[in-house]
This record gives sequence, structure tokens and C-alpha cells, in this order.
Amino acid sequence: MSLQTPLRRVLGLGSAREGTGDWLGQRLSAVAIAPLGLWFAFSMLGLEHGQYELVRSWIAEPAHAILLILLLVAVLYHSRLGLRVVIEDYLHGPALLIALVLNQFLHLLAAVSGIFAIVVIAVGSGT
Amino acid sequence: MAQFRLPPNSRVRQGKVHKAPAGASNIRRFVVYRYDPASGRNPALDTFEVDMDSCGPMVLDALLKIKNEIDSTLTFRRSCREGICGSCAMNIDGVNTLACTQAIEDIDGDVRIYPLPHMPVVKDLVPDLTNFYAQYASIKPWLQTRTPAPPDRERLQSKAEQELIDTPSACILCACCSTSCPSYWWNSDRYLGPAALLAAYRWLVDTRDEATGERLDELEDPFRLYRCHTIMNCTNACPKDLNPARAIAEIKQMLAMRRL
Repeated sequence: MSLQTPLRRVLGLGSAREGTGDWLGQRLSAVAIAPLGLWFAFSMLGLEHGQYELVRSWIAEPAHAILLILLLVAVLYHSRLGLRVVIEDYLHGPALLIALVLNQFLHLLAAVSGIFAIVVIAVGSGT
Repeated sequence: MAQFRLPPNSRVRQGKVHKAPAGASNIRRFVVYRYDPASGRNPALDTFEVDMDSCGPMVLDALLKIKNEIDSTLTFRRSCREGICGSCAMNIDGVNTLACTQAIEDIDGDVRIYPLPHMPVVKDLVPDLTNFYAQYASIKPWLQTRTPAPPDRERLQSKAEQELIDTPSACILCACCSTSCPSYWWNSDRYLGPAALLAAYRWLVDTRDEATGERLDELEDPFRLYRCHTIMNCTNACPKDLNPARAIAEIKQMLAMRRL
């Protein structure tokens, strides 16, 4: 039984004064993923199946590499925000903090690795 | 983690069965959640057979008949019996609604009656709404102005301006919406819930109010407002046919508009 008033408990630490940016970002990234995702899916379907060199040279096209990086960033940004909401919904206490930090780091890792891979293929320094 | 199973002392057992009096021909069975914290026992489901020939048409009529004639310890809130006070909100046939406006004949089979979901139970069908009321108080549900009222008349509104608050101010704070919301179940300590947000919206669109910005500041929070994931159970449950989900969506739009 707490001796604090119910209103004090509800007011807590006050409003974070944020959330709108994330909310807008999630919707805008969804708008970006729709055309980019369709473009990527149809491009892949258009390529001959199982041709490793063909896919590499397709990615190496400057326009393709740029769009691919945009798609990657939009998808990972969207996924980071979406997963964060799920974590905040269902985890409480120390687990919440750990999961939120992991979520940020893993998405950043995936983004940097993905962009690095595309750039390496695009500038042709890989084998 | 969110709890998906009731704690051991909340698991529901089978309770007593109260048979209908001999000679009753038109019988409906009411299965009612019973909990008495003083007994130290787990909650139970009691079954009451009610003779509908001598019972009113609404679920509240049956509950009153049970309390008057079968088991006077049955505990529930009620007052106006016409859907305007919001006291008799409970979970009937799996839906949060008002016992006084829910017709028994609209329910198939046994009438199953539980308290509002995911709230601490005081006794039987009486939930503890302390947190819910504190959340309502936290949004400052009153007119805030800096301009003094005209000395010779009220603060005026056009008819169109008044109509903006017509619907949201019809909320009776029965808590059917908030307690039907999964987001509110998991995070009611930080998420304000549809009822408090609908009340906040009512003051945001009030053209006489001069604290719109401060009100939006207080709502702009990942938990207070943005825990709403547009599940829309609130709108589904509202016994007054209001639309809290739409009000919340419009609050989100206001917050987006002021930074674009």
C-alpha cells in the first residue's frame, strides 16, 4: 500500500515531450518502403535465377545501389521503431532497458553492415 | 514481462449453484464472478438460476433480483439504471458494457458476468477505479483561460464550435473503453487510456479553452498518448457509441501538425 496520492503516481516523472517524431517517422518510412520494396521485389524477380555475378553487377549499378541503400535504411529505421514499441509494451523493469539498448545497437549494426556491403559491391573493390 | 496468466490467488474456481424455485418455467442461468477479499479464498463463479417471468428485461434487473431474493451478499455498483451514471459497467457476455442498458434477451445461453477486466477487484463486480479517476484528474478536465470572462455575459461559442464538444462531452466515465484496451491492460500505470484521452480531446477542441498547447505538451509522451496502437476495442466497447479511437487519432494529428 503506497502512501503517495493516486495523482502523484499518475503524473510520475511528467511528460517526455516526445514521441511525435517517432510516430511520424514510422509512418513516413512505411510510405517509403512501399514503392522501394515493390521495386526491389520486381527487380529480383526480373533477374535470371541463381546467377551470382548477374546480381552483383545489378547491385553495382549506381542507381540500384543508391535505391538499395535507401530501402535498407528505411526498413531498418521502421523495424527499429516498431520493435521498440513492442518492447515497451511487453517488457518492464531492467529487462526493458536492456532490450531497448540492444534494439538500438543491433539495428545500427545491421544498417552499417548492409550499407558497407552495398558500397563494396558498387565500387567494385570486393571480389 | 506482461502477465498472460492470472497470479495463483486470482485463479477462478467453481462456486455455488443456486437452483431456481420449484415451478419456475422460464429460467435463465447467470454465471457471476464472486470475490471476497475478507474470506482469503480465490474468486469463484457462482451460478444463479433466475425465473425470467418475474424479472425485468435488463442484466441489472437480474442482478438486483439475485441480490434481493437469492444472495444478498452479491456486490455491484449501480445508480441511475438508465445508462447515464456509468456505475454498473461490467464485463457481460465477454463485452464491457452497462448492465442497465444490456438486454438479457440479446445474450445467447448463460449470461456470464465479470468485473471490468484487468482492474484490481474490491469485491465481486466492483473494480478499484482509483487509478482511472486519477488519470482523468491528471488531464485537467476544466476550462483554462488567460483572458478574463466578459463581465456581462458567458464566454460565447458559435453553434458549430459547440458541436465539436457535443459528442466527446457525452462520456460518462464508465471505464468500459479503457478496461477493454490491451495497451491499457499492460501499461495502465503510464498510458492514460482512451477515456482520459477522450476527455483531453474534449478540452483540446473547446474553442473557449486557451491551454491547447500546454495540454498537448502534457500528452506528448511515448506512454501517455502513443501507447495507443489503434486497436479500437475502446470504440467497440463504448456503451454511449462514442469514438475514443478517433479522438486519439486526432490528438496525434494535432501533435504532428504543430511541428510540420
